[in-house]
Amino acid sequence: MKFNSVFDIIGPVMIGPSSSHTAGAARISKAARDLLGEEPKFAKIHLYESFAKTYKGHGSDFALAGGLLGFETDDLRMRQALEIAKQQDLEIEFVEDTAATEHPNTIRIIAESADKKVELVGISIGGGKIEIIELNGFQLRLSGNHPAILVMHNDRFGAIASISNILAKHEINIGHMEVNRKDLGQEAMMVIETDQNIQDNVMQELENADHINHVSTIVS
Amino acid sequence: MFRTVAELVDIAEKENILISEVMIRQEMDVKEQTREEVYAEMERNLDVMEKAIDDSLKGVTSVTGLTGGDAVLIQEYMKNESPLSGHLMMDVVSKAMGTNEVNAAMGMVCATPTAGSAGCVPGTLFAVKNKLHPSREQMVRYLFTAGAFGFVVANNSFISGAAGGCQAEVGSASAMASAAIVEMAGGTPQQSSEAFAMTLKNMLGLVCDPVAGLVEVPCVKRNAGGSSLAIVSADMSLAGVTSRIPCDEVIGAMYRIGKTMPSSLRETGEGGLADTPTGRKLKEKIFGPTTSSGEWVSPNLNG
Repeated sequence: MKFNSVFDIIGPVMIGPSSSHTAGAARISKAARDLLGEEPKFAKIHLYESFAKTYKGHGSDFALAGGLLGFETDDLRMRQALEIAKQQDLEIEFVEDTAATEHPNTIRIIAESADKKVELVGISIGGGKIEIIELNGFQLRLSGNHPAILVMHNDRFGAIASISNILAKHEINIGHMEVNRKDLGQEAMMVIETDQNIQDNVMQELENADHINHVSTIVS
Repeated sequence: MFRTVAELVDIAEKENILISEVMIRQEMDVKEQTREEVYAEMERNLDVMEKAIDDSLKGVTSVTGLTGGDAVLIQEYMKNESPLSGHLMMDVVSKAMGTNEVNAAMGMVCATPTAGSAGCVPGTLFAVKNKLHPSREQMVRYLFTAGAFGFVVANNSFISGAAGGCQAEVGSASAMASAAIVEMAGGTPQQSSEAFAMTLKNMLGLVCDPVAGLVEVPCVKRNAGGSSLAIVSADMSLAGVTSRIPCDEVIGAMYRIGKTMPSSLRETGEGGLADTPTGRKLKEKIFGPTTSSGEWVSPNLNG
């Protein structure tokens, strides 16, 4: 089920005016920030359908900036996020995209830091709840409800085993897992939703495992 | 996990517990948290709701100036006159509008289930409490009961205007409030579901047509209308009136209607009240002649 907690319904506590377009937008761009793993310096944000039509009135622009700065939905600095972003020379470009999308509240974010880049597509499904449906070109289904990590690895046998063994050793239970690759033997991606948060030492251990290039937190 | 209202009511009746208790136990199970943790998180939501109402009764106005001050107007009217629809009803309306005036002014609210419909549950709760005198715990339970019904709607239909129109947002919120009022007033789980059904039945087809795409006009007053309907349906249910169409089927009807709604009536601000001469004029005044893709245009309503 898409909604599995009463706090998806009664909540989040948030800066208004729209749970889909303010709170949801902030959570999508914060996921991009978490994925990047460091301060973003530039972001290009494509807004589709009702997001494109209402993003100024609903404060989606400052909410998206707020998420990129790491603000939660109830952060009192949210309304000044565009100014704060400028002060921290985080450049944000909004594109009112006319392409049709499957879901009315869709956003595509390309976020870049000094040396890293990430692209994700998120949808705001109502009440402030979001889903990340695409990551660096890979399709995926992520509830945003549980801690989730992204593992970029080489498409070799044993890569998945090395990750799951480390998680099992630390008694971390996997709730949902997806493995994708673009073509054989090249770069591949694991998205893993766990029941427990993953501490930094475990993240480090995962990154040092065989065939693993990069591990980052999507949802904490 | 219960998927339908029928299952929810069945569990409550079989175990002879309140609907709020069914929701608390499920949350404890799903999150693997203690009762205290789950309760504390909901109590925080209650505190945020209470503060938003208090702030609104001191008077708040939105950035665009389209909304604000009505909650205060109604409180004054209640003090100086004796309202035709009664003191309790106007208190509900005032507090529901007040919550959404704070939301429109980009203040702090609790999405219930959304920000655009955030006024119905707290608006009814903080008015009904002056008549039913619940304990603080009963007030927190009110939110769990409302949440349980919203949980079923969210998993079987829509709760956002962009997906299913205002019937999905304010319609759901009002129906959730109605069910919670019945439980607080001592009604049975079945009576809560009847109240929910009767409220939502009266809001089917309601479009989401925000002027200038803002969460202000007609959103603030929709919360007033929905909340008043919540109280009326609650009283009807407590009087023994029932809905001929079962609750889950009303939710199903809302889903199918939402699917047929054109995007112009689903929060894009292109149809309904947003497409009236005054609606278009207000949009132009706030955002300028064409939707420039530049910076947030500072509103100059009086300019």
